[in-house]
Amino acid sequence: MTQIPLLTVENLNVTFPSPKGDVQAVRQVSFSMSNEKLGIVGESGSGKSVTGRSVLKLLPSYADVAADRMEFKGQDLRNRSEKEMRQIRGEEISMVMQDPKYSLNPVRTVGRQIDEAYCTHRKVSRKEAKERTLEMLDAVKIRNPKRVYNLYPHEVSGGMGQRIMIAMMLIPEPSLMIADEPTSALDVTVQMQVLAILDDLVTQRGMGLIFISHDLELVASFCDRVIIMYGGRVMEICEARNLKASSHPYTRGLLNCLPKINGSDEYLPILERDEAWHSDQFSVSDRSAQ
Amino acid sequence: MIAIEHLNIVFGQGANRSHALKGVDLEIAAGESFGLVGESGSGKSTVLNCITGLLSHWTGRISIDGTDLSGQRDKAFYRKVQMVFQDPYGSLHPRHTVDKTLKEPVLIHGLGDANARVERVLDEVGLGNRFRFRYPHQLSGGQRQRVAVARALILEPSVLLLDEPTSALDVSIQAEVLNLLQRVRKERNLTFLLVSHDLAVVSHMCSRVAVMNRGEIVEQVNRNQLQAGTFSDRYTTQLFKASKGYDRSVINGFVDHFTRSEEA
Amino acid sequence: MLLLRNQWKTWLLTDTPQSSSQAYVGRIYIGILEFSKNHLAVLGLAIILSLILVAIFAPWIAPYDPVETNLANRLQPLSGKHFFGTDEVGRDIFSRIIHGSRLTLYVIGLVAIIAAPVGIIVGTVSGYFGGIVDTVLMRITDIFLAFPKLILALAFVAALGPGIENAIIAISITSWPPYARIARAETLTIRGRDFINAIKLQGANPLRIIAGHIMPLCMSSLIIRVTLDMAGIILTAAGLGFLGLGAQPPSPEWGAMTSAGRAFILDHWWLITMPGSAIFIVSLAFNLFGDGLREVLDPKREQA
Repeated sequence: MTQIPLLTVENLNVTFPSPKGDVQAVRQVSFSMSNEKLGIVGESGSGKSVTGRSVLKLLPSYADVAADRMEFKGQDLRNRSEKEMRQIRGEEISMVMQDPKYSLNPVRTVGRQIDEAYCTHRKVSRKEAKERTLEMLDAVKIRNPKRVYNLYPHEVSGGMGQRIMIAMMLIPEPSLMIADEPTSALDVTVQMQVLAILDDLVTQRGMGLIFISHDLELVASFCDRVIIMYGGRVMEICEARNLKASSHPYTRGLLNCLPKINGSDEYLPILERDEAWHSDQFSVSDRSAQ
Repeated sequence: MIAIEHLNIVFGQGANRSHALKGVDLEIAAGESFGLVGESGSGKSTVLNCITGLLSHWTGRISIDGTDLSGQRDKAFYRKVQMVFQDPYGSLHPRHTVDKTLKEPVLIHGLGDANARVERVLDEVGLGNRFRFRYPHQLSGGQRQRVAVARALILEPSVLLLDEPTSALDVSIQAEVLNLLQRVRKERNLTFLLVSHDLAVVSHMCSRVAVMNRGEIVEQVNRNQLQAGTFSDRYTTQLFKASKGYDRSVINGFVDHFTRSEEA
Repeated sequence: MLLLRNQWKTWLLTDTPQSSSQAYVGRIYIGILEFSKNHLAVLGLAIILSLILVAIFAPWIAPYDPVETNLANRLQPLSGKHFFGTDEVGRDIFSRIIHGSRLTLYVIGLVAIIAAPVGIIVGTVSGYFGGIVDTVLMRITDIFLAFPKLILALAFVAALGPGIENAIIAISITSWPPYARIARAETLTIRGRDFINAIKLQGANPLRIIAGHIMPLCMSSLIIRVTLDMAGIILTAAGLGFLGLGAQPPSPEWGAMTSAGRAFILDHWWLITMPGSAIFIVSLAFNLFGDGLREVLDPKREQA
């Protein structure tokens, strides 16, 4: 891959002040990506969500975000004003969250909400907006878009809600989508179907996808490349297909303590946390994979 | 140990009527570890709620240790059957210390010797006295779940119902809690009924598994069948495939399991 | 000394308390730390505490007998001899206000002791059991809520006869329904939670669940509400006094004093201003204190 990377982050640090001393949520995180599926995996508190949010400047204002470089399509994101960021968030980078129920307005129909999102981006007539909305619902494999168009958010299931959210995020045709645990609340078959939609978007539209998840197995099978985070640091960046063969002690520890369908019923190996993982020498940069 | 026959339950009326359990039959032997797998809305947790008496308007037969259960559960039942809930953040009283949470069942059943019992059970779940006077907000998710296990064990039950006991936990913590559960099962010769959506967890923990879909048990398999993936039912096969990780080529073959209101 | 203080601090803030009481005290200490960040609330608390002190030591603080009349001395303006002047029958207003603080505390104390428990019991029982129990209890609550508070209190006082005790009964009867509503709403959100299911599965009976597990969680919203209501209770008591249905002359109740001073408002402003200001300051103090408490106790913050 020799083209300009879609997103480059270099030496990202995020600190949250707290009365008990500052909490450094992200330390020296660097990566860069093109039009691919990049997974960020980690346990809770690993800083994976904070990393995703800091790209979009969606962190609370008291958070202290610093980076040597944060470039999206060659433009510097660091000193963008809130107004410019809103533009970028709407047009270029979208975000899908874990629970669609909180992101949709409960008293308006699903269709109207997507229409509205469409109208804020393009100057079009009502009718045209509706047509585009139905197209979008169709694009995320909703079988009867016309019926779903008139449903209220509480009338749709979790999987359907997540598809609707994705449809809404697709309207401005973003070149990067950040999905924070988009399928964790879903049943496994529905989860696979939603992932298939995201997958198709990446392969067909050439979109970039940052897929934040706690599920090692899922990321290994779904993404192209994987960043493994622990304690705010990048432990390892590797090709997803090589993840299971990783030799990094943390990655190995995580993989080992997963119960397997065809494993034994012996006690699971416990992850032994190594203090050294918190030191700088364990922070990895992204040179290897690019 | 647990026998369930023709368990039926209906929620709501008229247009909102939903037949949540449609004639569920289960037979779990003493000392067995039995898994109940299914996706959300399949009714797997409802089965647990019927056994514990949190739901009372079911029909059919449930018997524990040879005695049939009727509408009201007595104290003797709760000494025999205990439960661990899914959400470690919601299952502990936010204003009670670990000590108080654990003493409460001892007091209810008038067992006496509360302090010694609390100390013993805290040791057993690997927490120790250090944690005894903490409030839940001073504990991590895994520690809370250990307290929940301790609370279930303090009455020395013979049956433990586990409702997705690790699905809210990180994988490294999940491993610790699963190991804890396996250890106490061996030490106390407990009967487990484990409800989960995660085939890997169930396969790891259970010798037999029932798969539920839309209020029915579609298939019962043993661990060997589960690991080999030899199923007779189409739904089970699909669930198994989906649990194997992401594979673009098999997904198009998935049949949707939408509820009727969304069926278009 | 400093060392000792630090030891206390670590003892209070430790993550591994050695006993229930240490855990409990530590929790309260954190609450106090939080509370003291709100300066206005601390001011409110200070005023309330001084009100209590003044009430306790009233006979020693007040320079004159609050009910002794002295017609030769009537309607004296503010002076070194009579800080707040004297009223139409020559009683020292300062002394009357000092003694009046006892009545004020008496009223709000009794109202809180009567109304809050009734409210919390009705609310939690109603919310926990639901169904017919809920319907019956809540309709009764609705009936009480449907009357304007002061009018209902007036009706009760008119029926029972004027007097401070009857005023307290009347105010209590009219102030429990909102507490019942709050307690019920809290109970409804709590009763479906897993920790309540868990205690049910330990074999606890409803009495134990309501008293030991649900009520403590309703307490914080209720305490906040009662504190904020204190101002209203003081005003209602004063209103009843003003209308001549509360404390009877010559007892130095602040409302009755403002009422009596009304006739002299133009020429002798202190007759009405002094007790009026007392009512105002104490009401305000309770409101400030209540706001501060809300910040510390609000259960919604705790779940975060």
